[in-house]
Amino acid sequence: MEITALEKLLEHYRMMLTIREFELRAASLYEAAEILGFVHLYAGEEAIAAGVCGHLTEKDYITSTHRGHGHLIAKGGKLRLMMAELFGKSTGYCGGKGGSMHICDPSLGILGSNGIVGAGFPIATGAGLAAKTYGDGAVSVCFFGDAASNRGTFHESLNLAAVWNLPVIYVCENNQYGISMNVKDAMKVEHVADRGAAYGIKSATIDGNDVIAVSEAMEGILKDVRDGGGPFLLECMTWRHRGHFEGDPDFCNDYLYRSKEEDEYWLARDPIAGLRNTLVDEYGIGLARLDRVRAEILRELDDAVEFARQSPEPDASEMLRGVFA
Amino acid sequence: MAVTTYLNALNDAMRIELERDPLFYIAGEDVGRFGGPHLVTHGLWKEFGGERIRDMPISETAILGHAVGAAAAGLHPCVEIMYVDFMAVCMDELVNQAAKMHYMFGGKVSVPMVVRTLGGAGMQASAQHSQSWESLFTHVPGLKVVSPSTPMDAKGLFLSSVRDPNPVVFLEHKMLYGFSGECPDGDFTVPIGKADVVKEGTDITIICWSYMRYVGIQAGKLLQEKGVSAEVIDLRSLSPVDWETVLASVRKTGRALIVHEEVKTSGFGGEISARIMEGAFDSLKSPVVRVAAPDTPVPFNGNLEAEFLPNEKIVTDKAVQMF
Repeated sequence: MEITALEKLLEHYRMMLTIREFELRAASLYEAAEILGFVHLYAGEEAIAAGVCGHLTEKDYITSTHRGHGHLIAKGGKLRLMMAELFGKSTGYCGGKGGSMHICDPSLGILGSNGIVGAGFPIATGAGLAAKTYGDGAVSVCFFGDAASNRGTFHESLNLAAVWNLPVIYVCENNQYGISMNVKDAMKVEHVADRGAAYGIKSATIDGNDVIAVSEAMEGILKDVRDGGGPFLLECMTWRHRGHFEGDPDFCNDYLYRSKEEDEYWLARDPIAGLRNTLVDEYGIGLARLDRVRAEILRELDDAVEFARQSPEPDASEMLRGVFA
Repeated sequence: MAVTTYLNALNDAMRIELERDPLFYIAGEDVGRFGGPHLVTHGLWKEFGGERIRDMPISETAILGHAVGAAAAGLHPCVEIMYVDFMAVCMDELVNQAAKMHYMFGGKVSVPMVVRTLGGAGMQASAQHSQSWESLFTHVPGLKVVSPSTPMDAKGLFLSSVRDPNPVVFLEHKMLYGFSGECPDGDFTVPIGKADVVKEGTDITIICWSYMRYVGIQAGKLLQEKGVSAEVIDLRSLSPVDWETVLASVRKTGRALIVHEEVKTSGFGGEISARIMEGAFDSLKSPVVRVAAPDTPVPFNGNLEAEFLPNEKIVTDKAVQMF
């Protein structure tokens, strides 16, 4: 049955809001010291994960980043298992051995989030080779940030994907800051997408806060890549609503490296609020219906948090297990 | 048993695996048309084509790194990094990605890949094409490390390595490619983690691997002339190590001498020495001795390079001093 444009938008809305609420819950749990370690939240960038992963199947691979919760949820990650992993519990995706930065589920095509900036490029490229070898039309999607495009892995991987004509889509989430450094201070070209030309890779820059734009761009790109058209570099302009990590002074106290003006400019372009307006104004969806969606999401999150809280810690014997397959 | 070279034994092993496993492929710089920088893959590109024998740009990070992704997605890559020195270019992909993935992802992913690379001095290849770097890899949990020294071990360990579900660093030695020895035809494996007792003896245990196996054997002969019976053990696998064989030998002989081509400080000999202290201290009649390269880069000049390398005379002299 054909899914209508409205149904698709409602799906995106649910997905984006699920990610947002997951992140806000993670933030409060972190503040309450129920979640420890390093946590990098995706709030503000949800339209990219939702718009990209909305078109993928379980056969398609993704590699994610340290700011990866959104990608994982959008690719089908289970909230209970994710939350339990953030808690470090034995029931988490990685049995509590990975944590926020290292979540993986190959059965969903998720080849892992990654604590090393720019490390996903070669991994996604290799997964692209696997997809091409299997010949099943699957693609590999590499999520990365603007700052990662300054790593050598970017250069080597995009070049390789181009010469091997691999089905890889490199999705840049350009939130304009590599931790504290503005992208303008980190590269001389205006857009990460400009770099595609250096490898003979098609590229585009789009509004990453507009899920409709992301979704439409992906639809065309995917068709081409699945048909053997080779890799694509898609740059999505966006903004992270929170600090680089939970505890970042730029977010907690003062505008240390981002200005109040640019923060306000981008917060006014919140992807979820934008979609909500579209649904209400253009599709006549009642606010009550959207509030019901949120209530359902919050219930799911309550369940996930409770599951994580109630789950056992990993047994001490787990420490030595699993170094080798 | 047929006699073949170390190089052809490896080539033969690759052919066997290429025929057996459709998911297995070889990738690296000049491994295709050129036949391999050291000719190890000669003839394979013509026989199996460019998708199984993949020439790659000079991009060590992508060579090693793409293999991590390919392996995680189910392929069985064997990549070549032309010299072990070049591993410095792609250590993140090996150490932070390949080695850690199985553990940090709670066992959800395995990374069945082999990284072939080669070390060793002896042909005036100078500082950036000659070093030995075993302990860099043995220090990393999640990596297996093998270093064969005979044609039979090269072939048998290669076939074990490519069928292992973990990342394996396969260390060859540039001076060994021309070495001949007996090697079975067809498919066989040498298990990872099993040492080879090359020569049995009663008075001292000489522990070695790779090219130093032959230094150990020669020293064993020289010692025999002096009335000392040396047991020579070629470790073959450096991670995991066959500690059982090592410790049993040292308990028998009461003396241990380690010879390796790595520089001495923080070389793998230090680890072996410590394990012997921990596991066989009461049997020791003399302190453990290490014979290793000095703590310098490998010099270019032939005389200096020869001076840099451990040899059978040094090993013999050091061994005699232990009595």
